[in-house]
Amino acid sequence: MSVEGIAAPQSRPVLEVRDVSLGFGGVRALTEVSFEVRKGELFSIIGPNGAGKTSMLNCVSGRYKPSSGRVFLKGRDVTGLTPNTRATLGLGRTFQNLALFGHMSVLDNIMVGRHHLLRNNAVSGALYWLTGARREELAHRRKVEDIIDFLEIAHIRKAVAGTLPYGLRKRVELARAMAVEPSIILLDEPMAGMNLEEKEDMARYIVDLNEEWGMTVVMIEHDMGVVMDISHRVMVLEFGRKIAEGLPDEVMANERVKVAYLGIDDDEAAGENAA
Amino acid sequence: MESNLLFQLMVNGVIVGTLYGVVAMCFVLIYKSTQVVNFAQGEFLLIGAWTCWWLVTSMALPFWIAFPMTFLFMLAFGVTLQMVVLRPMIGEPVISVIMVTIGLSIFFQAVMKSIFGVWPQPFPEIFPVKSVNVLGLQVQPAYLMSLVVSVVIMGLFAWFFKYSRMGLAMRATAFNQQVAQSLGISVKNVFAMAWAISAMVSALAGVVVGMVNGVSSALSFFGIKVFPAVIVGGLDSIVGAIIGGLIIGLLENMAEYVDGQWLHVGNLYTVAPFYVLVIILMIKPYGLFGTKTIERV
Repeated sequence: MSVEGIAAPQSRPVLEVRDVSLGFGGVRALTEVSFEVRKGELFSIIGPNGAGKTSMLNCVSGRYKPSSGRVFLKGRDVTGLTPNTRATLGLGRTFQNLALFGHMSVLDNIMVGRHHLLRNNAVSGALYWLTGARREELAHRRKVEDIIDFLEIAHIRKAVAGTLPYGLRKRVELARAMAVEPSIILLDEPMAGMNLEEKEDMARYIVDLNEEWGMTVVMIEHDMGVVMDISHRVMVLEFGRKIAEGLPDEVMANERVKVAYLGIDDDEAAGENAA
Repeated sequence: MESNLLFQLMVNGVIVGTLYGVVAMCFVLIYKSTQVVNFAQGEFLLIGAWTCWWLVTSMALPFWIAFPMTFLFMLAFGVTLQMVVLRPMIGEPVISVIMVTIGLSIFFQAVMKSIFGVWPQPFPEIFPVKSVNVLGLQVQPAYLMSLVVSVVIMGLFAWFFKYSRMGLAMRATAFNQQVAQSLGISVKNVFAMAWAISAMVSALAGVVVGMVNGVSSALSFFGIKVFPAVIVGGLDSIVGAIIGGLIIGLLENMAEYVDGQWLHVGNLYTVAPFYVLVIILMIKPYGLFGTKTIERV
């Protein structure tokens, strides 16, 4: 796995989205959006509220089925596959609104992420020492402990998830997504609702995840400062269309992005959109 | 001796109560993992009991072969039922799904009646003795077996949910299906499994009760008795279901005692659990162990 930020450009993209459109009745949430994410990349999707960022992520994760277009994961067409199949193929995600299993311990939450990696079933699990269930569990626990160490949540591993403060819960959610051992991880607003310190921590985890663990990351985030600081490439959506894609600096300099974010006079905007 | 009668009734209450607990547990399992209120729970007992009865009498199989075969049949039955009837109902309004399970209940009752007739059929004698003496009390061996098997099953349930991979997956699915899917859990499989386990374990209760009282459509009344049990325990708590079952079992027999000794109303035995159902709904609608839904406004 590449430790460098950006892997060799000729390698096949981990995630390929081709001309994806999505409509809910008369509302077009996405219109022919295409992009690629290469191995080892930290790719951000930004855009104003309602631009279709989460819809895009849901098309990738399988929660929504695009009305047209295709999604490829590691070169394999996954457009028709269920979310759980995609997860087993190496796609992890976190959610915009916290979605931990509130009554379970932090450890159990993370172990659920190992579900598809565990081989033993209820029957062979009962013959704990004979079937390798014990060995298997130890190996999994080691992986889980690595993740726990990395995210520095060791002190709360036995705590019930629902009782934790917000920032920690976000971290546990990231840990759970990492436990799936995905080749690509989708983060939906990992820093929403955090204070400055928590944001800095989270940004550091994401960068480390990308650089040390070699994880390919696709992130939706509103905090421009963070996005421009840590992303390798940025895509901008507006009203379900892709209006820009490129290096953070390029995107920042893009006229249309400025319009979308800062807004200008209506006449001028109309002129821009028509162009 | 009155105190002796009281004691006997209490033992009966515990034994019947554990059976209620087991069936209530099955009911809660389905409710928790698939959000379906299963009005056909009692018919699972009925179908299981008739299947086992048929295997033992018509096929002349020994009980110890027929019993596991009943289990296998109920496993297939539960999975098929979920796949064919309930899977298409996912995402439909709750009331529609409830109507479907009520429909299933009526349908299975009728099918069983048309196949096996309306008269109770006794199970051939499985155990060599009619009753065994436990601490001076006469207890039917089938009930003793049921007590042992119920406790074992409860233990297995606890182990399954706490430690097994599928158990964890089921808990995760019960909590949030969308997230469970994103972690690679097949929600379809979990649903099918919940129904299969529920059908299997209910069938076990059905066979035990059938062995004592004979097999007849009266068995499905268990499905109705389960409601007080789960309401007392809390609709989404497995532990609550067991305790609720015990409470209802004991309560029934206490009602029988009180009725027989002083009140002479008759049939208080049958009605008492439902008084409790109403009272619990009025004073503690979430039950003893149920999740209180707290809404932030």
